[in-house]
Amino acid sequence: MSFFKKLFGVGQSRQTAKERLQLVLIHDRADISPEVMENLRRDLIAVISTYMEIDDSNIELDLEREDRSVALVASIPIRNVRRNAKVADKGQ
Amino acid sequence: MERVIVLTSGKGGVGKTTTTANLAMALARAGHKVVAIDADIGLRNLDVVLGLENRIVYSLVDVVDGACRLKQALVKDKRVENLFLLPAAQTRTKDAVRPDQMKALCDELRADFDFVLVDSPAGIEGGFQNAASGADEALVVTTPDMSAVRDADRIIGMLESLDKHPIRLIVNRLRPNMVREGNMLDVSDVLDILAIDLIGVVPEDDNVVTSTNKGEPLTLNSISPAARAFDNISRRLVGEEVPFLEVDDMTSGGFMARIRRALGLKG
Ligand SMILES: Nc1ncnc2c1ncn2[C@@H]1O[C@H](COP(=O)(O)OP(=O)(O)OP(=O)(O)O)[C@@H](O)[C@H]1O
Ligand SMILES: [Mg+2]
Repeated sequence: MSFFKKLFGVGQSRQTAKERLQLVLIHDRADISPEVMENLRRDLIAVISTYMEIDDSNIELDLEREDRSVALVASIPIRNVRRNAKVADKGQ
Repeated sequence: MERVIVLTSGKGGVGKTTTTANLAMALARAGHKVVAIDADIGLRNLDVVLGLENRIVYSLVDVVDGACRLKQALVKDKRVENLFLLPAAQTRTKDAVRPDQMKALCDELRADFDFVLVDSPAGIEGGFQNAASGADEALVVTTPDMSAVRDADRIIGMLESLDKHPIRLIVNRLRPNMVREGNMLDVSDVLDILAIDLIGVVPEDDNVVTSTNKGEPLTLNSISPAARAFDNISRRLVGEEVPFLEVDDMTSGGFMARIRRALGLKG
């Protein structure tokens, strides 16, 4: 550290540590158990099936980690959209 | 109203035992009846930090096994009224006690004490589960470094799922000079990250080491920065409003700190 940095107290590593920690914790906290993922998959299928006919043997469900966030990414193949899905929704 | 409080951390060596000893001493000196339980079975240390290692006859495991009565295993401190230690067994392993036994033990102690402080082993394994099982509240100890804070996050998650409440944080071994230089996580950073309530900040203090050497917790008779910090925590525990020390107040006399103070500036 230079003399001036020392004199004026401008360190770098505090901010770096904080940012790295925040990221690492997002990952740690998003470490969802397989059981929870399985329940989520089941519930998603149930909800989406009221609107469209889906191919539930080919669903991909994953947590994707990007720079500053974690996203739930689902790929759900659609076989057919139910004609009266909207009506059914209103009827409830 | 009697309270059972577990002192935990994710990472080892961050100061749980030191904190337990000092809080127990401070609370006893304030007139509360306190028992400190060493739940770190197989790696006992609280006896040494409290300076009571020569007076141990029975351990917590003996009580649980029925080899002695609870009262026989309690070691009474001779320096202050109202302070007792329930030692760990040194020659047994963590699985010598089950969570339900630990809970029964804590409940039995409630009848006789205002405060039951449980010094937990580090980590999230069985030893921690045991230590936490009898407690209502938790104090999580961390140092302001990345791995300790990360592991604290894990332990907070576990304590939440065990329904401990409140769960409060102690930041130990803060180095004011490094914080001032921007080279150490500050308390505000740690709180941003962990999002739990703070109950105290303890500075790095050589007196902690010398007091441990002597077997005299700082809160017995010292006025060093760490002693003040531990004392403040004990007062906050009983609901007193005690202002948090500024980073500058934590050194007995850093040069810049003195200049800032002389100029009436805060750090
Ligand atoms: N504020 C402090 N200033 C200086 N040294 C400290 C401070 N707090 C703790 N220490 C030192 O750090 C070391 C570890 O402390 P302690 O045994 O209390 O940690 P612990 O969390 O109980 O460890 P373990 O996980 O092994 O049970 C000891 O040598 C102690 O003297
Ligand atoms: Mg310890």
